[in-house]
Amino acid sequence: MTTDPNIDCDLLVIGAGMAGSAAALFAAALGFNTVQAGITSQTIFASGLMDLMGVHPVASGRVWRSPHDALAALAEDEPRHPLARVSPVEIDQALKMFTGFLSDTGLSYRCRPGRNVRIPMPTGTLKTTYCVPLSMWPGVKALEKQQPCLIVGVHGLRGFSARQISESLQPVWPGLRHANIRLPDRGYREEIFAEPFARSLAVKDNRRRFAEALAAVIGQKPVDAVAFPAMLGLGNVNDIIADIAKTIVKPLFEIPTMPPSIPGLRLKETLEEGLRQKGVMLLRQQRVFASQPQKDGFLSLVGSPEAPTAVRSRAVLLATGRFLGKGLHADRKKIRETLFDLPVHQPEKRPDWHRTDFLDSRGHPVNRSGIETDDALRPLTSSKQPLHPHLFAAGSILAHQDWMRAKCGAGLSIATAWKAVQSFKAAAGF
Amino acid sequence: MKSIETQVLIIGGGITGAGIARDLALRGVRCVLIEKHDINAGASGANHGLLHSGARYVTSDPGSAAECRVEGSLLKKMAPDCVEETGGLFVAVEGDDEGYVAEFPALCRACGIAVEPVDVPTALEIEPALSRRLIAAFQVPDAAVDPFKLTMQNLHQAVALGCRLFRHSKLVDFTITQGRIASAIVSNELTGERFAVNAGYVINASGAWARVVARLAGCTIDLICSKGSLLVTHERINHRVINRLRPSSNADILVPGGTVSILGTTSVRVEDPDHIFPTVKEIDFIVSEGAAMIPRLEQTRFIRAYAGVRPLVGSSKKSDDRSVSRSFALIDHADDGVVNFATITGGKLTTYRLMAEKTADLICGHLGVSAVCRTRHEPLPAADATRWTEAGYAPRQWAKKRDAGDIMLCECEMVPKSVVDELIDSIHEHNGRPDLTSLGIRSRIGKGACQGTFCGLRTAAYLYDINELKGREGLHSIQAFMRERWRGVRPLLWDTSLIQAELQEALYCGLFGVELNDD
Repeated sequence: MTTDPNIDCDLLVIGAGMAGSAAALFAAALGFNTVQAGITSQTIFASGLMDLMGVHPVASGRVWRSPHDALAALAEDEPRHPLARVSPVEIDQALKMFTGFLSDTGLSYRCRPGRNVRIPMPTGTLKTTYCVPLSMWPGVKALEKQQPCLIVGVHGLRGFSARQISESLQPVWPGLRHANIRLPDRGYREEIFAEPFARSLAVKDNRRRFAEALAAVIGQKPVDAVAFPAMLGLGNVNDIIADIAKTIVKPLFEIPTMPPSIPGLRLKETLEEGLRQKGVMLLRQQRVFASQPQKDGFLSLVGSPEAPTAVRSRAVLLATGRFLGKGLHADRKKIRETLFDLPVHQPEKRPDWHRTDFLDSRGHPVNRSGIETDDALRPLTSSKQPLHPHLFAAGSILAHQDWMRAKCGAGLSIATAWKAVQSFKAAAGF
Repeated sequence: MKSIETQVLIIGGGITGAGIARDLALRGVRCVLIEKHDINAGASGANHGLLHSGARYVTSDPGSAAECRVEGSLLKKMAPDCVEETGGLFVAVEGDDEGYVAEFPALCRACGIAVEPVDVPTALEIEPALSRRLIAAFQVPDAAVDPFKLTMQNLHQAVALGCRLFRHSKLVDFTITQGRIASAIVSNELTGERFAVNAGYVINASGAWARVVARLAGCTIDLICSKGSLLVTHERINHRVINRLRPSSNADILVPGGTVSILGTTSVRVEDPDHIFPTVKEIDFIVSEGAAMIPRLEQTRFIRAYAGVRPLVGSSKKSDDRSVSRSFALIDHADDGVVNFATITGGKLTTYRLMAEKTADLICGHLGVSAVCRTRHEPLPAADATRWTEAGYAPRQWAKKRDAGDIMLCECEMVPKSVVDELIDSIHEHNGRPDLTSLGIRSRIGKGACQGTFCGLRTAAYLYDINELKGREGLHSIQAFMRERWRGVRPLLWDTSLIQAELQEALYCGLFGVELNDD
């Protein structure tokens, strides 16, 4: 590659998901000149919830009340797990900085320090998680206190049934009730789409009429809190909720919806805005299609192969995700890493990738495949040497973890992003 | 225990049982049909959907070939609604046995099958997906048939004429007195309740389970189970049925149907017809073999794999299951000392009508009923609730209707709310229970690219809102539906399908935690 670089920077973060965004934030905060490239389409599949560590060991299905106790047990049982490579203090620091940054940019988070919390899901299950958007937080408290609570569904909204959630959760939350509302200005049979509705609530008059409709359906029902599908506004959700709560005179909270969801969209927009403010250069909706290790860094090509942007960086942080993020690719025989062709830890042959039962409590071995690193999170070649002193990796592409079953997705991404950036800092002699 | 009196008890709700029910109903015979799962749960629901011209069997089994020819062309006239007259091609590629290619047309003609040679350039023009290594092609009157629609239409007419249908009703025992089955003890698999059916005659139409059912009456059948696995493509690849021109072997038929194509099959002997699923090894083999004929199959996206069990009769001593006749066996168990009991098994989807006719003739002989078979001349009536299994039908109807309020529950295959409403009514009419699995059988829900990831939750939510699901049933239904869909995707998880599976697990396990609520 002899292309003259269009951009020169300290760190190129490849990947625009949670790990990439956290890494860009941490690097920028340390004063690194940071560029982030990648497609964000996946972030809208995020729920907005931030898991740290919920289940360990996966096969036992044991749900932990304290994520830190779970992490300690994990470090003991699975020393190769990426989260076992980050100290508890660093994990907390990383999470605090990341959620603090989101809160500062308008997307507030709450947690019970050191304790997992639970919130209701549209499948009628309870999800164990750690940090929760403020808009969902009253639900955590209502469940803890077993308060009588009314879930309000919406006629014409797909994939969310208030009755389903309330009936399924009766054994653990007998105080749940359900009702359905017809949104103002909508025909009886019309389909409701979450995003236009969320945007419409930015207008005061729309908000007022919605609040009145909500108050009417609550009526004299003896409930202490009200739940609604997560579509109560986009950027200004907490102001909107506060405003509506004044009319209904009860705490109002959101229940996550089926992705792609509004909380995912909020997260995507908040990250973009916040990272720009921090001085990160965002090459969004552009894929890095080649990255060449060089003596003192990397030359990477971003965008379309016909007219690429060339980025020269001292370091690269690989946060390209798994199959959905296209950091890994599988053909019928083998799983490969897509950018550097790094060796991928994987089961020997395809029959071993997945179990015969989708819900097998042990999880599917393919989900523990991924790239292997040293303690500084530098990807290793087949001879177990770092491919490059300044190539780092973070997030779900890392091997020896099953974030879906362990309920540790956000924690994994944020903690390993922190660790990778710290390693770069140390290597760069900062 | 409650008991039901009837003239005939039919055991098995596949195409054979459904065909017999209709045939008998048209002759004015009262019958009850019991099925332990739901319609087409066995081989009737897990095959190519191929209406054979007979050409496939001209070498190995000329008798079956002629049977297929007659019945295939009859079905095209009597059930046009279930058949897509695609036509078929037999093709050979470099390396295939040229001697076999040369004999083929004469063998077809000997069985009365219309066969026309097609020159290679023309064949490549009409079927562009064919390999450039093509050396010969022949046109035959193969067609595609929708097995679900066919079974449902047979049952619909039977029920309209008075046949009583019990799904999720499993035969647990027979009471036999003086060489006669006095009653059959049946368990409702949903409620655990038992009831007795007292029938003048009992017919065992349970396909691969025929041996198990016969054994309950103390009868033995020489039957082996041969598993065949098949693959469904994401999009339709061929216009006509494409057969490899060689002695019957693995992975040599690609059948188009609506918006997809189906590739198969394998032949693996199994002991137990329950709990079968396609394996990674079989799928890889099918893809590689199929690609010799249609190279695109190496790159194409597959949506689903499934396996069915062929019941092959009188064959346990043969070493190659493919050489066993695909003709059917009608066994009168009077010879085993049970005078009012017979088994019908083996055979093909294409010849189901003939099987039903012969069986009904035998039964009527025993019962002293003189009415003759009418299915040879009376068309199968189309029924509203049976239309939704056809790939591509639901979107066409939705586009015609243009009802903005008819919310789409399944986006991949475009199944709206109104279709689900119609199916629910029909399931209730036939003593069934509407849930994701039963709706999935009767429509394209869960059969598109997302394999139930999105439509599963949407449909469950809808079922709660209209009071069809209650309590924690939805969670159980989602778990069962996801598990059932998984069996069909697990062997083909690479490339795009693996991405889809990861998304599905991220939602259902990562986010919703349904695996932790497995109670």
